[in-house]
Amino acid sequence: MTPGRRRFLRVTGAAAVAAAAGAALGCAAGRSRSRRLGFAIDAQRCASAKGCLDCIRACHRTHNVPDIPDAGHEVKWIWKEPFDRALAVDDPQILTPALRGLPVPVFCNHCDNPPCVRVCPTQATWPRDDGVVTIDAHRCIGCRYCVAACPYGSRSFNWVDPRPYVRAPPSDYPTRSRGVVEKCNLCEERLARGLRPACVEACAERAIIFGDLDDPASDLRRALANRYAVRRKPELGTRPQIYYLI
Amino acid sequence: MSGVNRWRAREVTVRDRGWILGTFALLVALALWPVWRAVASAPPRLPDLPRPAGATACVEPVDVMRASHMRVLETWRDRVVRDGVRTFMDRSGRVVTMSLTGTCITACHADKAAFCDRCHDYAGVTPTCWNCHVVPPPGSVAAGGRR
Repeated sequence: MTPGRRRFLRVTGAAAVAAAAGAALGCAAGRSRSRRLGFAIDAQRCASAKGCLDCIRACHRTHNVPDIPDAGHEVKWIWKEPFDRALAVDDPQILTPALRGLPVPVFCNHCDNPPCVRVCPTQATWPRDDGVVTIDAHRCIGCRYCVAACPYGSRSFNWVDPRPYVRAPPSDYPTRSRGVVEKCNLCEERLARGLRPACVEACAERAIIFGDLDDPASDLRRALANRYAVRRKPELGTRPQIYYLI
Repeated sequence: MSGVNRWRAREVTVRDRGWILGTFALLVALALWPVWRAVASAPPRLPDLPRPAGATACVEPVDVMRASHMRVLETWRDRVVRDGVRTFMDRSGRVVTMSLTGTCITACHADKAAFCDRCHDYAGVTPTCWNCHVVPPPGSVAAGGRR
């Protein structure tokens, strides 16, 4: 055993250990992120205003979401579902009969592990470093893989030109064109101007709490600390970022 | 003369050269008809584009904008949508929001039909920008500028 060989083994061994440690650290850290934006929705507060559609109206007006009468061509960013249809809770002590039929707003969960992003062949949809799962309509080729991949039905495809169905006068947010997919963008254009999402701002009952899930001092984290909360289909491992308070 | 078919095709001889070349030249002249017409008519006038009132300079010099405004807009698009960067500093140090509706149209070229469309019609191009991007109705001023 010559000194040269021994030295070679020591150096390669050290390099292998360093590489393994680096990979392990990288896995643990995940992708870098500045914030993790999310929501908590208070079903009881939401239901206290019967038949209220303020959040839906505000969102759809802000983003020029078309109102297409043909249900087969429907485009929606936010809508309401009965609690028991949106959230599968198998504990009868939690899912009380009173809670069961309450309408709750549902929209894109901005998953921390978004399946829609994984299937997109053109990287037209991706998670930003603040957790917003966004779409580049310029790059969308309309293959609808993401529509199939989303377990929450949060994505709509434009089967027809949406322009004639956009409420006049349109806001200055771009409409979409025939052949692209769209969904809630977490009001990223409003966040850029320091505003809260339109649905949060429109809700007089303050049933939609918005904030940074990584910030323990945020209203959102405080609400989650005090109340029991469930998420939609957590068993799928998508890590949805909308919590429903019970 | 009996037994000879009068209608039999006559053999082409060197005396027919004039006919052949003459017909060929006529066909070439006819095929090039659009060229003759363009040469004969007056040169086309460039479209008359209104300058925005109150604005003295665009974000790039006029000749750059005239030739490459679509590249500028594509760069803006990628910066805003892909990188989340929303402001642009031009050569004079002025900072503008990178937004087709909010800046280009709202701040300067409010009359899209007289500015964008007139020149696009002249150049025979049909950009798809307006399939999605909104042209604010005349008189309305968009707040802030979004995209």
